[in-house]
Amino acid sequence: MADGQRLDHLFIVEVVEPGSRVLDVGSGRGTLLKLLADRKDVRGTGVEIGEEKVYEAVAKGLSVYHGDVDEGLSDYPSGMFDYVILNQTLQQARETVLVMEEGLRVGRRLIVGVPNFAYWAARVQLMFQGRAPVTRNLPYQWYDTPNIHSVSIRDFRLFARHHGMRVVRAFYLGPRGRVRFWPNLMAQQGVFVLEKG
Amino acid sequence: MSDYHIEGQRFDTSLGWVQETQYAFFEALDLDSGLVLSPVTIAYETYGRLNEARDNAVLILHALSGDAHVAGYHRGDSRPGWWDMMVGPGKAFDTNKYFVICSNVIGGCKGSSGPCSLNPETNEPYGLRFPVVTLPDMVRAQKMLVGLLGIERLLGVCGGSMGGMQALQWVTAYPEMVASCIPIACTHKHSPMQIAFNEVGRQAIMRDRNWRGGDYYDAEAPDTGLTIARMIGHVTYLSDESMRDKFGRRLRGKEVFGFDFESIDFEVESYLKHQGEVFTRRFDANSYLYITKALDYFDLSNGQGTLVQAFADTLPETRFLVIAFSSDWLYPPYQSKDIVRALKGNGLDCTYLEIKASYGHDSFLVEKEQLTLLIKSFLEVTARRNGVKVAG
Repeated sequence: MADGQRLDHLFIVEVVEPGSRVLDVGSGRGTLLKLLADRKDVRGTGVEIGEEKVYEAVAKGLSVYHGDVDEGLSDYPSGMFDYVILNQTLQQARETVLVMEEGLRVGRRLIVGVPNFAYWAARVQLMFQGRAPVTRNLPYQWYDTPNIHSVSIRDFRLFARHHGMRVVRAFYLGPRGRVRFWPNLMAQQGVFVLEKG
Repeated sequence: MSDYHIEGQRFDTSLGWVQETQYAFFEALDLDSGLVLSPVTIAYETYGRLNEARDNAVLILHALSGDAHVAGYHRGDSRPGWWDMMVGPGKAFDTNKYFVICSNVIGGCKGSSGPCSLNPETNEPYGLRFPVVTLPDMVRAQKMLVGLLGIERLLGVCGGSMGGMQALQWVTAYPEMVASCIPIACTHKHSPMQIAFNEVGRQAIMRDRNWRGGDYYDAEAPDTGLTIARMIGHVTYLSDESMRDKFGRRLRGKEVFGFDFESIDFEVESYLKHQGEVFTRRFDANSYLYITKALDYFDLSNGQGTLVQAFADTLPETRFLVIAFSSDWLYPPYQSKDIVRALKGNGLDCTYLEIKASYGHDSFLVEKEQLTLLIKSFLEVTARRNGVKVAG
């Protein structure tokens, strides 16, 4: 995915209060954390598995832990962060429930961005071509995808409710920007702000 | 720590000729053993300029066999200091910006007080009458030197291997004196495996007939023992992969096996023998005993409480950059991760990276690009956050 001023990033920047302490799990090249540092003066830390990406993030002046999603959270004391961000990361974590619960232990709030597997174009591909969907937001073939969980916006909301987490804000994105209606059909990704229920 | 010829390392991009090693003298140093070392000599070198606020100093800590001569060339030398790839104008530790200090550890044999120094009571070399020193003792000596140089707070403490352990000791013992800490390829306590390798090295020295209970300074030195100790050490600094790449099963100067034990068969044998022999020319066997003992005693939590508690007094704004190497089996990355875990447990600002590298433990002397990328920006941010004015 191209870096730059992504709409999901701008939404997250809008949500996070100035001066917050933020942990970005799956921080990549540090684009979002840098944006948060520049615009909201946050004290950010990243977690990233890709070595080359860590160099780029450190060059931006960021602090990053080189490791995977599942080991990124557990060592922090409770309530250490105002926000834990899992943007386009959760679908790659082995222990989804644990990562979410740990996120809400070390963070006051959790921001989760997930690709929507129920986007209409994906449904069409599955329905009429009989093939596992490949879309702009889900650009991988079945054999090379890092996504080990398929999740839709509806799935995610049900999951959150079932695990005692409350969605306090949500933001949906389609190919032409923000989606306000029928997000489970029209949005390619959803970004949720969660608190303990 | 081994000798490497680093690609692109040239005189004209280095500090060039640097001042000879300097010496600082102190009356006494209290040691962990309860004994007192007196008098104390500390050999050190500095590079770059201390700014007016005296807050741009970085202390570099050397590994087992290192010395105060980090960078640049001494008159008459064909090779630069041991970390020239990292220290110099425009390099990771940019001498245009920072005042870089490095001193020889006490117990060593490169100018600081050690077993080969003269014992003032007998006017002969100490030998084993030199008190056993620990890593905290070495750091306490460095603190005296830093104080003498008029520096109240270091912008950074950094080292690889034993140097990294000293960096950790610095930040836990004198938290208010350290703005940032860069431990590389090291551990917070020596593991049984590390102690075991050191013990084999010590036994090789002490069982050399020439060792004579450490009193060999007016006779032949225990070179055989020290050679073997160094050969073993050297194997632990390399990796399976780097040895396969470097030597394979190539034979040394022959087409077929010698079918004997006197001649050398394999390249790797010849290499180790050479490294071992060269080492005896520049290192004292007793110092090898003292320093490996200090390493083995090292435990940041002092055997009391958890590692998390060891960092309890660290100032919240202290920055950490912890680096491990994937092929380092002497100080494996899990040990660095333990350190990071304890830092996280204290909510401290920490960057951790496991650099994919094939040179084993010695990677910290070789992986110039990656280390430079990380350390350069880390120090710049540290300087900025601490309001340190640096040139450039």
